[in-house]
Amino acid sequence: MRVGLVIVSHSDKLAEGLCELAGQMAPDVALIAAGGTDDGGIGTSLEKIQAGIARADGGAGVVLLADLGSAVMTAEMALEFLEEDQREKIRLADAPLVEGAVAAAVAAQTGQDLAAVVRDAEAAAASMAGAAAESGAAPADAAPELDDIDQDDTGVLEASWELINPMGLHARPAAVVAQAMADLDADITINGVDGKSVMMLMTLGLKAGDTLTVSAHGPDAERAVEMLGLEVRNGFGEI
Amino acid sequence: MDLNAQWAAAWMREAAAAMAGNRQRLIDLDRAIGDADHGENMDRGFSAIVEKLDADGVPATPSEVFKLAAMTLMSKVGGAAGPLYGTAFLRGSTAVAGKEELSAEDVVAFLTAARDGIVSRGKAEPGDKTMVDAFTPAVEAAQTAASAEASGAETLSAAANAAEAGLAGTEPLIARKGRASYLGERSAGHLDPGAASTTLILQAAASAAGEKA
Repeated sequence: MRVGLVIVSHSDKLAEGLCELAGQMAPDVALIAAGGTDDGGIGTSLEKIQAGIARADGGAGVVLLADLGSAVMTAEMALEFLEEDQREKIRLADAPLVEGAVAAAVAAQTGQDLAAVVRDAEAAAASMAGAAAESGAAPADAAPELDDIDQDDTGVLEASWELINPMGLHARPAAVVAQAMADLDADITINGVDGKSVMMLMTLGLKAGDTLTVSAHGPDAERAVEMLGLEVRNGFGEI
Repeated sequence: MDLNAQWAAAWMREAAAAMAGNRQRLIDLDRAIGDADHGENMDRGFSAIVEKLDADGVPATPSEVFKLAAMTLMSKVGGAAGPLYGTAFLRGSTAVAGKEELSAEDVVAFLTAARDGIVSRGKAEPGDKTMVDAFTPAVEAAQTAASAEASGAETLSAAANAAEAGLAGTEPLIARKGRASYLGERSAGHLDPGAASTTLILQAAASAAGEKA
């Protein structure tokens, strides 16, 4: 049972397109488009949103994402009209539509609960701002020896590999990595960002030849490093 | 005219006529600083209210008329005005629930709740160049009129006149909410279309009660 998403947009095409995009990384998540007015024009429809919530709700709750002003307001109205027992399970994420929806879809795909899906969607805004501020900046930390797993005194495992697939850590492998890491009981950092967040991984913009450095801490730390090493050395299955 | 359910229904019909008659004016105002859909949206929303009143008959109380209006506007308007006016009429409906006729005090309670609904939904403050800039002076004028023992109809008329003055005051303002806020300083020098539709709605309320507005 996964959290479902409702994409509320002024435009039917935008909502449908975003469901298609996010669905690539979240094939098992109910992604419901609620775009445009009842008669197909530009605007938002309370009824479409309400119907979307009903369709997206498989029992684990629903997260709504909305684009501009009236879409947000209409989504808020839909929440206010919910029955008391439904209110706990339906949330509106305060997140940029595209980045938030992709992050939320991946979180839902990995089986995260409602609060975690909302958190990942809302973190997408911060990762966008971070990417804009840091674009072009070199990573601050020098990477340790390649292919060498280090363990320091505090039990943190570290390892680095060079990316060998031509596309680098783009959207699909970022989703694969984030999904694999999300299932593990460990704090995982990849090149300084949360290894369980697909958006953060994508904002790294790692290309072929760049170095990916993981540090992991916790019961599954060793598994995290092994799995990641396998993925990187296989070029994320793209070579 | 007593401010009963028949008045509330007449208000909706007058408002619908005003939206149809001012459709192009609202479109033009919105084109200058927004997305040019306000006239069309308001016309569609209020026409739908009239269709519902024609089909289902006039409910028993003003509150029920306002609730019907709220639900219709929310689902039919499409733009930001849908949830904003929808919330206004819904909160206003609750404020006068059960009353068959509205007193001047009830008019104040209705307008206050409606204005507060718009503020809480849209998070706009006076001076942001929104419908709040017409609605807030309307509420204040209604309070003044009611405490001077004006009738309900006179209270509505005072509110409508103050809204019109508030609308005029939006011209030099820089928009800080909604689509127009993307224009920044270029939004100054235009009347706000939301304040214009608020004025039309309140003028229709006074006119349906037999007051000149």
